[in-house]
Amino acid sequence: MKTIAAALAVCAWFLVVSVVLAQSQNSDKPAGGATPSYDPSVYAELQKAPKKARERTNPLESDPDAVAAGAILFEQHCAECHGKSAEGRRKAPSLRAPEVQNATPGTLFWLLTNGVVRKNMPVWSKLPEPQRWQLVRYIKSLGASDPAAGSPAPKP
Amino acid sequence: MVLTCRLALFGALCLFLVSFCSAPSALAQENPYFVAYDHYLEEPGNLEIEYFSTFGTQRGGNDFHGYWAEFEYGATAWWTTEIYLDGQTTSSDSTVFTGFRWENRFRPLKREHFINPILYVEYENKNGADKILKEGEGHDVESDFLVSNAASRREHIHEIELKLILSSTFKGWNFTQNTLAAKNLSSSPWEFGYALGASRPLALKASAKRCTFCPQNFVAGVEMYGGLGDSHSFGLHDTAHYLAPVLGWNLPSGWGLRISPGFGLNDNSHQFLMRWGVSREISGFGSMVSRLFRGRK
Repeated sequence: MKTIAAALAVCAWFLVVSVVLAQSQNSDKPAGGATPSYDPSVYAELQKAPKKARERTNPLESDPDAVAAGAILFEQHCAECHGKSAEGRRKAPSLRAPEVQNATPGTLFWLLTNGVVRKNMPVWSKLPEPQRWQLVRYIKSLGASDPAAGSPAPKP
Repeated sequence: MVLTCRLALFGALCLFLVSFCSAPSALAQENPYFVAYDHYLEEPGNLEIEYFSTFGTQRGGNDFHGYWAEFEYGATAWWTTEIYLDGQTTSSDSTVFTGFRWENRFRPLKREHFINPILYVEYENKNGADKILKEGEGHDVESDFLVSNAASRREHIHEIELKLILSSTFKGWNFTQNTLAAKNLSSSPWEFGYALGASRPLALKASAKRCTFCPQNFVAGVEMYGGLGDSHSFGLHDTAHYLAPVLGWNLPSGWGLRISPGFGLNDNSHQFLMRWGVSREISGFGSMVSRLFRGRK
């Protein structure tokens, strides 16, 4: 009983202190308090998409709700690492970079499906296929921006 | 001394709940299974805290309520590690802490395939009173639970459990098959078991509006699990098997709820198991902890 109580107390204190410290930081800022540096090599994985995957077209291209739905999905699943405006943070690169914005929808869909497991980008095939296409629509709607600027995302 | 321990436990639980509710959350896109595993691991740096209950009927004895708390952390995109704390209450008997488990799941392949393997390694340090029925293995049957808590908790079990998880997602459906091999680190033989699962979200497209009751937030399915004997007598004789519909509800607030009525498929099984669970995913937990030790810049 004493062991359990002590273990729980330590866990709880650990959690409280870490949460308080984390919330006292500005979570919207890119890590390090500055705009993340632009390193084109982090986008190399996009080049590995097979030809067949690259050529796939987005079946929701003409769906008027796809961008709005994708924006919600982005906030729920992607903003933690890529930033609320997809400007990139320490953990994950900007999705506004030309490499991403110039990639075909099929390439982005392929990357979402397979992740980059060795570089800590999770596999997102747990999201059903239509939701991954909705995310692709939203990401493409952001448009390319100056990699060093990081302008805010358009509201869906 | 007992009062001091209870106060410490209560205080710790209060602190835990306060921090749990105030932490930044992420939408958990969880499968609804209680026993089977699919091939999706926790997102790197996220911590998922879960509480699960199993209420079971017992022929010839007292009904029981097994429960466990689960702390699941995404160490990397290819490795998830979990700690379980288990306990149970048997009516007209007692409430006992039954032990802990340390579980690790590894994704060996870099990309998504039609069938995706996951390697699972778990160490269990528990006593014989464990009744959470987290898996079906060996010749575990209903009558094993007739022993009183006072007697069964005297048995200490150190066990290694290995699983091969093969999971596939096709047109929104997830199909998974788990094969289990467990070895009590005493001289017991290897025990085997299986779990099968199929599930699908009620809608595949996400809604363009934030909503709690949208069909895409619900995942329904079914799982089946049971024992396959041991290395001395492999097979289905003297084994228990269960079939359980499952329903999960992933709330946009980061909370997740699961419920599953389970039905025994033969005379060796408990006739009815009612499982439910609640979970919350804390996003960026790893970053919080690293900031704790790094300090402010």
